[in-house]
Amino acid sequence: MWKRDESVRPASGQPAAPQPPANVTAGAPSPRPDASHNMEKDIVNIGKSVVIKGELNGSEDLTIEGHVEGTIQLRDHVLTIGPNGRIKAQVFAKAVIVLGEVMGNVTASDKVDIRDNGSVDGDIVSPRVAIAEGAHFRGSVDMQRKGTPGTPGQPKGEVKPAAPQPAGQQQQAQTPAGAPAGQRVGA
Amino acid sequence: MGLLDRIAPRRNETEVPAAAPASVGEPLFATKALRKFLINLTSHESPVLLDLGPVVGGNVTFFGEQLGCKIFVEDIFADLDRHARGGTLDALPEFLKTRFPQADGSVDGILCWDIIDYMDRAAAQALANELTRVLRPDGALLGFFGTAPPRDSRYTKYVIVDEVNLKHRPYPASRGRQAILLNRDIIRLFHGLRVSDSFLLQNNLREILFRKPAS
Repeated sequence: MWKRDESVRPASGQPAAPQPPANVTAGAPSPRPDASHNMEKDIVNIGKSVVIKGELNGSEDLTIEGHVEGTIQLRDHVLTIGPNGRIKAQVFAKAVIVLGEVMGNVTASDKVDIRDNGSVDGDIVSPRVAIAEGAHFRGSVDMQRKGTPGTPGQPKGEVKPAAPQPAGQQQQAQTPAGAPAGQRVGA
Repeated sequence: MGLLDRIAPRRNETEVPAAAPASVGEPLFATKALRKFLINLTSHESPVLLDLGPVVGGNVTFFGEQLGCKIFVEDIFADLDRHARGGTLDALPEFLKTRFPQADGSVDGILCWDIIDYMDRAAAQALANELTRVLRPDGALLGFFGTAPPRDSRYTKYVIVDEVNLKHRPYPASRGRQAILLNRDIIRLFHGLRVSDSFLLQNNLREILFRKPAS
């Protein structure tokens, strides 16, 4: 949608030509100002000054630097909360990358990635979750494959990942639950 | 082999640092109780874990991806730090009484780490009561307790490397460790639980694994 003909690209330093509106149901997305950015992939950027309240649906990757309250649904696409992004919403997407702040539950069918200085206050449901060292998180993490983006509140096909048993698991069967307390000195 | 020959190797053993250097330069610390904690945790269907420390991405991956746990991260160190900085430590026990949204008997495992060491008696008791409340019968609680005099004001992030090794990652704290708790004091704190295993490590850390008796 955003692919440009290189031959009509404005000269460096001149303002970019007006862009067609993005396929976002609420709010006015602002195109990425960097004219040299490779736009082969559909990416919409919601700028710092944009405030959206309501339901945000889309079918392309989205980067949010502004404020969003309500619900965000990006089926099969990547949602990036930029460093300036402030989200107070339920989020459903294929993948969610957090560099800003999110207050609300996040459901991703692929991955949630909370980067350094990113913050999430809410419950995460996703088969893969990565949390960087300097990130803030408060809530719960459920990495079992249930819930799909776009179907809030309706978990789909619960698939439990294989849970490898730690070494020594067999010991438990031999140790009665009411075994007396052991006092050991070791390590 | 004479008596001195038998003792000599033990002397040498004490000179070995408790933490073996890791390949990446961060020392590893042995843990004895974690394996037993994991065995108990994974014996439950879709186990629910409560982690009282700051969020550690590797730990989330370990428990979530490898063990299939649902993890609640409730950073009590942050709460303690906030009260210490704000001069409201007196209010901490009351705060802790309503801190945990989890229902009674809904958690299969609790990683208490060493948070108790940094608390006054009243706050520690309030926390222990709440943890006992949310722990499911036959669930397990893993607690670390220092046995050496407190030296500095640092908290520690415990990063799980595997079931027998941890990395200790210190970070600044507003409050140092309080008085060292004796075994009987610890047992009294968690009077609703039963000590399953207790290990005294060479790094002066006591690991205690509690289990809640099945009702």
